[in-house]
Amino acid sequence: MLNTLVFVCSAYALFLFAIAFAAERAAMRGQARWLRSPIVYTLSLSIYCTAWTFYGAVGSAVRSGFEYLTIYLGPSLVLIGWWWILRKLVRIGRSQRITSVADLISSRYGKSNLLAVGVTILAVVGTTPYIALQLQSVTLSFEVFGVGDIATGEEQGHTALWVAAGLALFTVIFGTRNLDANERHNGVVMAIAVEAVVKLAALLAVGVFVVWGLSGGVSEALAKIDASSLGQWQIDGGRWVGLMMLSAAAFLCLPRIFQVLVVENENETHLRTASWAFPLYLGLMSLFVVPIAVIGLEMLPEGSNPDLFVLTVPLSQGRDGLAVLSFLGGFSSATSMVIVAAIALSTMVSNHVVMPLWLRYAGGGAKVSGDVRGVVLLARRLSIIGVVMLGYLYYRLSGGGAALASIGLVSFAGLAQILPAMLGGIFWRGASRLGALVGLTLGFGCWGYTLFLPSFGAGVFLPEAWVTAGPFGIGWLRPHALFGIDAIDPLLHAVFWSLALNTGGFVLASLASFPGPLERLQGAQFVNVFEHSAAPRSWTGRVAQAEDLMIMAQRILGARDAQRLFEREARRQGMTDTLPAPTPSFLETLERELAGSVGAATAHAMVGQIVGGMSVSVEDLMAVADETAQLMEYSARLEAQSQELARTAAQLREANAKLTRLSVQKDAFLSQISHELRTPMTSIRAFSEILRDTTGLAPEDQHKYSSIIHDEAIRLTRLLDDLLDLSVLENGQVNLNLREGLLSDVLDRAVAAAAADEHGARLRISRDPAAEQIWLNTDLDRLSQVFINLVANARKYCDATRPALEIRVHSSDRLVIDFVDNGTGISLEAQDVIFEKFSRVSDQKAGGAGLGLAICRQIVTRLGGEISYLKGQGGAAFRVVLPADIAMAAE
Amino acid sequence: MSKRVMLIEDEPNIIEAISFILSREGLSVETHSDGTTANDKLRASTPDLLILDVMLPGKSGYDILRELREEAGTAELPVLMLTARGQTRDREMAERAGVSAFMTKPFSNAEMLDQVRALMAETS
Repeated sequence: MLNTLVFVCSAYALFLFAIAFAAERAAMRGQARWLRSPIVYTLSLSIYCTAWTFYGAVGSAVRSGFEYLTIYLGPSLVLIGWWWILRKLVRIGRSQRITSVADLISSRYGKSNLLAVGVTILAVVGTTPYIALQLQSVTLSFEVFGVGDIATGEEQGHTALWVAAGLALFTVIFGTRNLDANERHNGVVMAIAVEAVVKLAALLAVGVFVVWGLSGGVSEALAKIDASSLGQWQIDGGRWVGLMMLSAAAFLCLPRIFQVLVVENENETHLRTASWAFPLYLGLMSLFVVPIAVIGLEMLPEGSNPDLFVLTVPLSQGRDGLAVLSFLGGFSSATSMVIVAAIALSTMVSNHVVMPLWLRYAGGGAKVSGDVRGVVLLARRLSIIGVVMLGYLYYRLSGGGAALASIGLVSFAGLAQILPAMLGGIFWRGASRLGALVGLTLGFGCWGYTLFLPSFGAGVFLPEAWVTAGPFGIGWLRPHALFGIDAIDPLLHAVFWSLALNTGGFVLASLASFPGPLERLQGAQFVNVFEHSAAPRSWTGRVAQAEDLMIMAQRILGARDAQRLFEREARRQGMTDTLPAPTPSFLETLERELAGSVGAATAHAMVGQIVGGMSVSVEDLMAVADETAQLMEYSARLEAQSQELARTAAQLREANAKLTRLSVQKDAFLSQISHELRTPMTSIRAFSEILRDTTGLAPEDQHKYSSIIHDEAIRLTRLLDDLLDLSVLENGQVNLNLREGLLSDVLDRAVAAAAADEHGARLRISRDPAAEQIWLNTDLDRLSQVFINLVANARKYCDATRPALEIRVHSSDRLVIDFVDNGTGISLEAQDVIFEKFSRVSDQKAGGAGLGLAICRQIVTRLGGEISYLKGQGGAAFRVVLPADIAMAAE
Repeated sequence: MSKRVMLIEDEPNIIEAISFILSREGLSVETHSDGTTANDKLRASTPDLLILDVMLPGKSGYDILRELREEAGTAELPVLMLTARGQTRDREMAERAGVSAFMTKPFSNAEMLDQVRALMAETS
């Protein structure tokens, strides 16, 4: 019998391997559509029904009546009533590429690895006993068939080890085919779906056999149920509600459920089917539990293990075939749970514990690249083996004695501690990392103290005295009666207190702390996931992907380059006239090409969006934002620099032009000076040589020539004086000697000095003495210098036969003094330049150097006024305007 | 018959000095101080030598020189140019305009006489 069983078992295992292989191959060929039906998704959810529920439900019914229903009602409530939570979880899982429960919590609270590690530990601690439970149930069921043949503990251990090794192998093969933990495990999911059918069929077959084969029909079976003690069980409302809520919470938090519900989810709409199909599945699973329990109690000897009625009832009736089917059902329940739990836990352990450690200590800060692929896969495989072996060790160490159901509920209560952080995270933006940490720590600690540690029995981990009298004799700290509440069931007590402390700590710490920027961003992404993410696209097929990639590449690389890239790849793949398949190596190449234009993170996000058909993760977005910010900063800097350069260039051009102008002016000035100096020098030299070399010069000639030398020497001196004066005035080094005096006096002096030349030729001057009675407070000598110049100019240059100059004074808000002569005046073009240095209008007879008016202008400007040529006055006319504040009306 | 020199210069004292020096050498000197009429005067009676100032009222010595070089009667006329602006640039401009000799003011009387004699010797 046992040999047959081992053979059947091996054949079944091979069958599962084959199914998984076929599914993987079909998925690889892109024929995955039928693998992706909502029915397969619903069936995969059935890993909720482990050996605990397969075998244990009947045991529970024997011990506690209909209470086993709560375990089925909880998930049904979630699927029917809380489907919107599931939908949100699934959407978040897809848009954020969530790989596990730990990843969800960590990602929501600002990618906190501390939280990830915490949840991972919680999950491992909560799941390991459960894996042990599955191994135990398989071993026990073997034992049932092997009664009389083998029954030593050593043999049991061997069985468990073989089962564990086989499961680890299966999981390693099909659970780590892809590097991306977010990828679907098609083979695994398909195998689980098949196992789900097997276990349902087995339980239904046993049920049908019991009701129609043993009881003789539905009515007879109902009568037997009524007659049995099961009918008299009182329903404890509080415990029922508590257990229902607990199993509902566990359904959301169990790592393996999360794996199939969220991570393996292909299409959000599958939830719609699952919301009615999975409760139906659970209903069918629970349909025959009570009849089997009642018939088992009736037919089997007193003291038989009710947890194994599903097997022992057919066996006792000699229905070996049915018993083997039932065994396969239990085997399926156990293996599917272990496989998915191992995948889920190994993902967490390798992603949040092994990889961070490896990167820190062995990787030497290695960047994630092709080199790490091997390490990631190895880490995940080792984690799978580690998780399964941990379950095996637990099984061996615990001795497999505890009742099945109690382990299940303890495990549920532990994992339910994730619920506040999870629900808070997806519905409350105020939830913070600190809140999650505090809540999880409090809940986990409380669960460990009040439920997990005592479950090993008083005296194993907790001293007996603690359990009965409280630690150190503090009564209100007893593990089963915290704060003196000891009237309720220990399980409910633990669930109540752990979740209460958990939720309270979570809410209070969240309110008290302020989330960081990444946390706030993630919070918004999670809570408002439906606004942030596009409705999920289902599988679009490879051609469409390649087209999308082509379009995107064209936009970024330009049509010609993109065309060339895709053609080259198509040729490499041996295709003509079609677009290349998006193989990983091609995608890598494409990403690299795009990265050159838009940055690595952006390229990765864009390719990922098209190929993965999923939304960009926050990490990607942050990287893109970083890149963009850097680019923008860079271009802003460049722009600023180029503006700066342009400004500098303009300034340089301006300065250069100014220098050139100055240089031209300087050259012209030097040239002028040279001319002005050399001209008198020429006469002086020529005549002095004549005087020296010529003998017998007439005395009058001698006198005449020496007079010329004398005049020219004076002219030179005057020129030098003027130059120095002008230089001082132009440099602003002049000190004004302010004095008070009458304008009329200043004019008198100027006229006396300049109105007559050395030959006595006199300029006729008309003035208005009354108007000149104005007190001035200014540099009277400088002002006089200006007047002398103007009067002298009139005397020298006025070409009238009877030269006359009129000096007119009028003061209003300013003091205006006009000098107008009766000559022909200054030509229009000359008027513009007369105030420039060395500008001489008439010929040389007057002997000036052409600096007079330039000096005048400098002086008047220094005195705060201005001098200009007055047009339209007939003769030459100059106007001196002085500011009012230097003039005071005469007393 | 004595050789004739035309002097175009606007500075009276310099006219007087040059006239004295050249007359003493037995040359006849005709002087003009206006630039604008200089070319007309040259056309009317071409001298054996022209002494030309650069800075003249109305028309610069360069312009006068260029103009007279274009006319057949004066194309070969020896021209001694005098300038008070003793820069290299002025000498270059004078040479481009076709000057025969160039002197910077102030000059020594002997040097100027040497130049005058040399220029007159070439033509005779």
